[in-house]
Amino acid sequence: MGVLTDSPIGARVPMIDSAGKVTGKGIYTDDMTLPGTLVGKILHSPHAHARIVSIDTSAAEQLPGVKAVVTGRETPVKYGILPIGHDETIFATDKVRYVGDNVAGVAAESLEIAEQALRLIKVEYEILPAWFDPEKSMLAETNLIHEDKPHNIEKDYHHHFGDVEKGFEAADYIRDDRFVCPEVTHAAMEPHSTLAQYDSEADAITVWSSTQVPYYLKLNLSSTLQMPEEKVRVIKPLVGGGFGGKSEVIPLELAAAVLARKARQPVKITYSREEVFYAHRGRPGQIVELKTGITREGRLTAVEARIIQDGGAYCSYGVVTILYSGQLLNAMYDIPNVKFDGYRVLTNKPACGAMRGHGTVNTRFAFEQQLNRIASVLGIDPVEIRKRNLLKAPCMTVNNLRVLSYGFPECIDKVEERSAWHDKHGKLPYGKGIGIAGSHYVSGAANAIIRSGAAHTTVNLTIDREGTVTIFTGASEIGQGSDTLQVQVVAAELGIGLDRVKIIAADTARTPIDLGSYSSRVTFMAGNAAIAAARDAKTKILNAAAVKMATTPDNLLIEGSRVMCRDDRRLAMSFEDAVRLAIPDGADALDATGSYRPPQEATGGKFKGAGVGPSPAYSYCAQTAEVTVDVETGQVTIDRLIAAHDCGKAINPICVEGQVIGSVWMGLGQAVQEEMMWRNGRLMNPGLLEYRSASTLESPEIESIIVESNDPEGPFGAKEAGEGSLAATIPAVTHAIYDAVGVWIDTLPITPEKVLKAIEEKKKSEAGIQKMRQA
Amino acid sequence: MTNESIRLHINGKTEQVEIEPNRLLLDVLRRDLGLTGTKCGCDDSSCGACTVLVNGQPQMSCLMLAASYQDAEITTIEGLASGNEAAELDPLQRGFMIEGGAQCGFCTPGMILSAKHLLATNPDPTDQEIADALAGNLCRCTGYMQIYASVRKAVELTRERQPVEAGTR
Repeated sequence: MGVLTDSPIGARVPMIDSAGKVTGKGIYTDDMTLPGTLVGKILHSPHAHARIVSIDTSAAEQLPGVKAVVTGRETPVKYGILPIGHDETIFATDKVRYVGDNVAGVAAESLEIAEQALRLIKVEYEILPAWFDPEKSMLAETNLIHEDKPHNIEKDYHHHFGDVEKGFEAADYIRDDRFVCPEVTHAAMEPHSTLAQYDSEADAITVWSSTQVPYYLKLNLSSTLQMPEEKVRVIKPLVGGGFGGKSEVIPLELAAAVLARKARQPVKITYSREEVFYAHRGRPGQIVELKTGITREGRLTAVEARIIQDGGAYCSYGVVTILYSGQLLNAMYDIPNVKFDGYRVLTNKPACGAMRGHGTVNTRFAFEQQLNRIASVLGIDPVEIRKRNLLKAPCMTVNNLRVLSYGFPECIDKVEERSAWHDKHGKLPYGKGIGIAGSHYVSGAANAIIRSGAAHTTVNLTIDREGTVTIFTGASEIGQGSDTLQVQVVAAELGIGLDRVKIIAADTARTPIDLGSYSSRVTFMAGNAAIAAARDAKTKILNAAAVKMATTPDNLLIEGSRVMCRDDRRLAMSFEDAVRLAIPDGADALDATGSYRPPQEATGGKFKGAGVGPSPAYSYCAQTAEVTVDVETGQVTIDRLIAAHDCGKAINPICVEGQVIGSVWMGLGQAVQEEMMWRNGRLMNPGLLEYRSASTLESPEIESIIVESNDPEGPFGAKEAGEGSLAATIPAVTHAIYDAVGVWIDTLPITPEKVLKAIEEKKKSEAGIQKMRQA
Repeated sequence: MTNESIRLHINGKTEQVEIEPNRLLLDVLRRDLGLTGTKCGCDDSSCGACTVLVNGQPQMSCLMLAASYQDAEITTIEGLASGNEAAELDPLQRGFMIEGGAQCGFCTPGMILSAKHLLATNPDPTDQEIADALAGNLCRCTGYMQIYASVRKAVELTRERQPVEAGTR
């Protein structure tokens, strides 16, 4: 733990919950069992699009050991993570809309009985024509997936900032490209799991779940079960990875609750790995048609993007995802004129949702790739072209995103130097190459999903007579270090050791509201709320101590667990003595509270869709990739990846490095091997091996470099670290492939087949040109 | 199916369980014996989260019928530490804590047990040897870099713990 006076800010503090993880004693949802716990199973649709004519559950109900069977008749209330996207019910009421849609639920004494009961449920379907291709689906006139969504378009947005026509007129070179990015998924190691316990006397329910958003889960349980909010308690045990896949309400969470209430016994549902793949909510397939104008000197004049997202059968986070894909074209470079046409399209596949780098990743791939293509045509160094288009922060972008801290220039400098860019780019032998790209991300959304004046996070502290501080926070630890970070900032602010600070988190009956672990909001928002709570406590402690020490509070400080006079540090008392003075008469502890709400200036413009994209702060990343391409097979080997990430301030470098490297690795998976492969609405690869999640043997060396721009509003200057590095990896790798063999891959993933075909086509066209010249 | 009485040797203790003979070791560990440190990540031997040591060899307990392993010495993650204090943890467990090898922690028990076997046979492995030994354990959080650092840290901690032999200096 080091000397108490050492600041815990910037210290390599092992995560406070890591002992439970390395000993196997830490408890995840599926590790829990209550007396009488039943096994819950869900009957999934075998059809991509069908009307339910009838459901007969009588045989299943009569099977010995079956305690409850529920269908859509009993679950009519619509829900969804977004207030404007309530289009799901716990179990299908009229139609099924994807293979895997939820038709009925069973709770039984054993897995075997539950599975047998599912087989006994007779469902008669009337099969409907299904939509799988978003570009066809968006032309649909009949057989709509949702009757209230004409042309199967969930939502479309059309933004125009500045004047792109003038911008393209001012350009010396204009480039048009089409990029295709298939769906990818989170595949967190822990399959989703929920345990629900109904208390029939109190008519109350307690749900333990693998969720990133306990508060939203509570709200959705309340609405779908039609129970008052105060009767619903959600507790988040350890979560085995999320990446966005647990950032909304997942059907099993509501199914377990409704079954537990009906059976009047605890019910646990844990998805099989195949069910996890079908529950999905991952990154949608995306088509980006991108047009960029630039001057001879390499200054961007205009960008126009037409984006189509294949959203699957329900809204999920879709409206937010499509907006992010357009809004975050900005806040990276200085682009005076931007036009965006975005279409979120419904298809008969599992709903896509939020995945690490939400909405920004595929657009960023397209933009950075096109910028690199432009640089190669104009003969400008790709590092240099980025430097010519930097923002002049602090600034407001054309679409009203406020950028205060901007470490991107330093990120570029760091990877330029560390990779020995100028010794390598364009200079490596055929088959070897280096590439560069940038990316960025929000540090939490400035506008909450549910718009209100409420705080985004509140943190409460209790300090007992021994000076032990307990943090009560709704923020959700999902492996990123949320709990550890809050302990660090509270200890730092109070001038005490980490060992004095405990934390109770993510239990809606005991902890205040936090909106959840998504959009990289926790460090910034829960961090700031924790600091505010600590300051509240500190004010109370110093006020009390000042009376005793016959001085003023502003002449006091706390350091090394001692309250001391600034002008004479020998005048001091212990932290716990000062706390005792501050505890009100009749109380046994000192209470303090703090909350965080983004400032009004950071919440964006007034246009339709302006709410998504604004953040109090943006992280930045620059990356280089070095590759070797086997020109005989098209196989690409990643030799080295370097990522410089501007996280504002690394409160815990172990966590920042882990998040940056993990993001880069996940981006690399999307770049070179991951893909959800669909055929007629069925997933061809619903397993971790088939999906090709990389093992150690396919994973290259990844190096992270921390850049600290010290955001003026961030907690101790910190911004996000968990998502922003992912997007740059993909275009850095494709750029390196171009540097190696002279071909651009615009369709992901970069399989050997695609690379080989591109090399062969390039040879053919070069041979053709040669022939023409000879003729 | 009728239950059978089965004797298992787990973490140095002998456990008697009455189970159906088709039960998997993973399931018996988790449900019958409460040893939930062994995780189920995929149901089909893709991920290695359910790895346990069988006579010192890493094996996936999701593929093993419990009844077939009555003569074996089985070690789960719960059997690795001699106590609860940090000093009593295995160097691998300490290494994973210090270097951030466990983010979400779900792959960690299997990862540590595979590494335990590696270090038992190769006390000072190269990064490539670590990668080879852990190739059957998938992780979605770390990109494996901090896991290599954790194993290297365990090597270092083990070395520090060993007394300096007389005459070496």
